[in-house]
Amino acid sequence: MIKKKKKQESIIDSSLKRKYKLQARDVKVWYGDFMAIKGVSMDIKPNKVTAFIGPSGCGKSTFLRLFNRMNDYVDSFRMEGEINIDGEDIYDKSINVELLRKQVGMVFQKPNPFPKSIFENVAYGLKIQGIKDKKFLQERVEESLKQVGLWNEVENDLNKSALALSGGQQQRLCIARALAVEPSIILMDEPTSALDPISTAKIEDLIYKLKEKYTIVIVTHNMQQASRISDSTAFFYMGDLIEYDKTNKLFTNPEKEQTENYITGRFG
Amino acid sequence: MVIERTLLASSLITIAVTIGIILVLSIEAVNFFSEVSIFEFLTDTEWTPLFTDKHFGILALLSGTLLTSFIAIAFAVPVGLSISIYLSEYAPKSFRRTIKPLLELLAAVPTVVYGFFALMVVTPFLQSIFPEISSFNSLSAGLVMGIMIIPYISSLSEDALHAVPDSLREAAYGMGSTKLQNSFRVMVPAASSGIVVSIILAISRAIGETMIVAIAAGQQPRFTFDPTVPVETITAYIVQVSLGDVQHGSLEYKTIFAAGITLFIFTFLLNTLSYRIRKKFQEKYE
Repeated sequence: MIKKKKKQESIIDSSLKRKYKLQARDVKVWYGDFMAIKGVSMDIKPNKVTAFIGPSGCGKSTFLRLFNRMNDYVDSFRMEGEINIDGEDIYDKSINVELLRKQVGMVFQKPNPFPKSIFENVAYGLKIQGIKDKKFLQERVEESLKQVGLWNEVENDLNKSALALSGGQQQRLCIARALAVEPSIILMDEPTSALDPISTAKIEDLIYKLKEKYTIVIVTHNMQQASRISDSTAFFYMGDLIEYDKTNKLFTNPEKEQTENYITGRFG
Repeated sequence: MVIERTLLASSLITIAVTIGIILVLSIEAVNFFSEVSIFEFLTDTEWTPLFTDKHFGILALLSGTLLTSFIAIAFAVPVGLSISIYLSEYAPKSFRRTIKPLLELLAAVPTVVYGFFALMVVTPFLQSIFPEISSFNSLSAGLVMGIMIIPYISSLSEDALHAVPDSLREAAYGMGSTKLQNSFRVMVPAASSGIVVSIILAISRAIGETMIVAIAAGQQPRFTFDPTVPVETITAYIVQVSLGDVQHGSLEYKTIFAAGITLFIFTFLLNTLSYRIRKKFQEKYE
């Protein structure tokens, strides 16, 4: 677990806090002696898709997982710096991590539905909040499944095990599960890397639609995917944020040589 | 070549011994049932083969076995499960690594020591709270047997919980679950088949346990579910007759085979059940 720092004054200008959904200031992360993130600052606007790219081990997943504190479970994890969501320091002592994670949904690399029915999977987040109203649960489940375009495929099988679905369906179910609790941010950690091209295309379409309501941050290995779906892209290398810009600009006219080498396939 | 044959021979020996045991049990039991009707065996509530007025109601022994086993399970399941959930979902890794082998040590204590412990420590303690309890009773024997089978449940259940993929833990925590919600709503259901198997094996172990109940539960066959009075379990009866001076080949002698085959059927069914569940469990995660 993290050693709590003393309550301190935020280093971020309060006028900026209103403008940005997510803000990271001078964030450093260590796993034991290994420094995984070497001082990264970044501002992310609401209702945009932001892609993190970079070679394996560059720190992009670690950085993503800071936003819902999923690194807290790693024994040797330690961090410095500040991360704000809607202007609030999420590593502050007063933050309830469970509540934070209800606001910041996450979709993982491998589809990970619970070994429960389709219905129970989507209703899970609501049920752990103590919601028991059957009608409300049914409405939210239906709505969430419709949002991810899965409703027509599973409408009559809601009580069947989620494990019987295909990989692509499972991943959309996991997105529906995250949407059901109405988060404002969705973190996606290489959500299509285990899927076939058709399922991938469906999820990409979905991400494009979801940004109307949600702020989406996606880690991807696939540069075409980043250029297709994101508004901004951040290129990470060896724990540093090398370049962060509008996706169009970063892919057509990068400022840094390292970025250019990476996106043209010279390494990585 | 020699090694290969030796290995084959040793595996054949175990099969031969198993078949031999089943054969002997069956033949002697058939002999017994040619003299005593199965109907009487299953419905009579008294078991007095060593007295002049002979009764052969297995229920009197079976109730002792079921009662002590029930007490043991009722004690061991909540404790064992709590331990397994704590070790798998809460405890730091280093603590888990140290404590698990120590717990398994509980299963390595000779059962005669447990029996002695039940009779000399637990029973007097219970009597200090409830003075009406007899010196031999199924409560004390059951509780101590429960302690003995805790590691079966905690260790096997912990293995099952530990085998649940981390991706499910991430999913649960990512949805905002507390540790408690993760444990009981995701981990325990996901590991349920392994947990059920551990409980069945523990029941099987409790039903077959001999020393503790022979020492602490008494030797009075009695059709009762009162945990404060002396009873006799099937296993304890077999010990009593085997050690006594019953004439070889007599009807009294054959009763131990009838009792033995009853016990065997129970443990055999339980082990088959756990094997089936385990097979289903393996398929699920592959």
